[in-house]
Amino acid sequence: MRPKLKMPSKKWVTRKESGNNHSEMNQRLNKRKVKDNVASVSARGILIFVNFLALLIFCGIFWKALPILSLVSLPELLFSSSWHPMKNEFGLFPFIIGTMAVTLLAMIISLPVCMLTSIYLSEYAKRRFREVSRFAIDILAGIPSVVYGLCGVLVIVPLVEFMGELIGVQTTGYSLLAGGIVLAVMVIPFIVSISMEVLRMVPEPYRESALALGATRWETVKYVVLKKARSGLIAATVLGFARAFGETMAVLMVVGNVAQIPTSLFDAAYPLPALIANNYGEVMSIPLYDAALMSAAFILMLVVTLFSLTAHYALLKVGKTIA
Amino acid sequence: MKKRKLEENIFKALMIISLLGVFAALAGIIMVVAVKGLSSLNLSMIIETPKGGYYLGKEGGIANAIVGSLYLMAGATTLAFIISLPVALALQKEYLSKRFADFTRLVLDILWGTPSIVYGVFGFVIMVYLGMRASLLGGIVVLTLLMVPIMVRAMDEAIRLVPFEMKEMAYALGTTRVETTFAVVLKQAMPGIVTAVILAFGRGIGDAASILFTAGYTDDIPTSLLDPVASLPLAVFFQIGTPVPEVQARAYAAALILLVIVIVINIIARILGWRFARHIVR
Repeated sequence: MRPKLKMPSKKWVTRKESGNNHSEMNQRLNKRKVKDNVASVSARGILIFVNFLALLIFCGIFWKALPILSLVSLPELLFSSSWHPMKNEFGLFPFIIGTMAVTLLAMIISLPVCMLTSIYLSEYAKRRFREVSRFAIDILAGIPSVVYGLCGVLVIVPLVEFMGELIGVQTTGYSLLAGGIVLAVMVIPFIVSISMEVLRMVPEPYRESALALGATRWETVKYVVLKKARSGLIAATVLGFARAFGETMAVLMVVGNVAQIPTSLFDAAYPLPALIANNYGEVMSIPLYDAALMSAAFILMLVVTLFSLTAHYALLKVGKTIA
Repeated sequence: MKKRKLEENIFKALMIISLLGVFAALAGIIMVVAVKGLSSLNLSMIIETPKGGYYLGKEGGIANAIVGSLYLMAGATTLAFIISLPVALALQKEYLSKRFADFTRLVLDILWGTPSIVYGVFGFVIMVYLGMRASLLGGIVVLTLLMVPIMVRAMDEAIRLVPFEMKEMAYALGTTRVETTFAVVLKQAMPGIVTAVILAFGRGIGDAASILFTAGYTDDIPTSLLDPVASLPLAVFFQIGTPVPEVQARAYAAALILLVIVIVINIIARILGWRFARHIVR
């Protein structure tokens, strides 16, 4: 038998035979165009996919939360304070109040610190120092919430207990105040880094004109920079609030988790995320328990979404006023 | 005049105090975790999995949590990267109308702000629906969901910093959009993209709420995707709650490891940012 001759590859042959340089180039151009169009279509596809995913999360939680309304009415769910899953009583009121209280407390503690720190870093500090500080703040922002919780348990809780003793209040230390303090430290780096960015967005000439008119630095900040950056700073605050609102682990570890409406700073509270985290694992035994917890998750998500939207439009506004 | 000077000085003092307060908080957290963690950290803690009687303070370590966290993060980071990069590239203005891209950015911002416990609950619902139990796979999927918005937004920031003139030059040479994206934009934005991945990793590895129901907790190192898996944040969370001091010590050790990982990751991201920045045309 004759060994088969090795044939040149078909591609090579056709190229050689086609010979027509022009049509070959056209072909290649077509190929590139096709690739480009494919990419464009898949870009659209993947963005639609992302939006769809968001919708899926939203609808999925809504759909699972809905059955609870067949058992209790919406006002009852939101404003009743009796939480007895065994007796089919699902009132989220103490938890909603707990979340609001601990978040507001954290904001009250952290806001002045945040604003003063970001003003200092943006307006007073030298560039190098600002960079170094920004790095430190990034690290603070990156610390996992369980580590915050751990430090809260080790430091803040005994501290709060001691404070309670000083003013003669009976407390274990696991309280609203401890939760507020831990949460405040957690949101500080978050708010500071956004506020700093917003303040840096204010153009330099504004400051220079104020300073040239004889204003002190603080006056420049007070009358010019803060006015220009106001809606951006509000956005930073709102985003910080949203972040604090949904924070779970650190708060869960220090806040005490007693289903009651707290009446003092030293009382234990029970925020919504903690409720979900503590109970969601073992919901299957009680009917509609999971739907009740789902409605808690839905409330969290809804509030955070509203806050994100507010912040988004505030930031858009700041972009317009400054530009 | 005196009054104005006084006001200036008072506020400056307040600012410095609050700045020092923030630094003190950072130093305090690192100190507390380091002191508590170092005294309880030893070799057997790192390389051993829990033995019998572990939760009463007997032998064993947290190797299950360390390896578990690494498994989870390896899977989630890879998946999130595969999803995020095309999304971030697609957000460029060449591909889609600005309105659609901006709308997607807004949606991603909302997802970014969504509490991780909500992701955990959502993941759990999906897993119940599919008949899965808490597993490595479930943890990876939920962490991916959590990390994608973070990664995309950070990548998007980096990609938007590529000057449009540079893309115009490429277009003027006759390249198509895809070719420009891969040859010019990707190269220019690479440091930002790497930083985005690292930062998302840092966020993912510390998150406990999302994997609380979806990844479970176990004393063994998982051998398949459907096994439950332990993780460092949950090791901290579960062990701090026990009354036995030896077990609490392991929580401190786990927290220290977690903290070191997160800080190292931040430093790497920062250094990479600087190093790559030199090779980039601005």
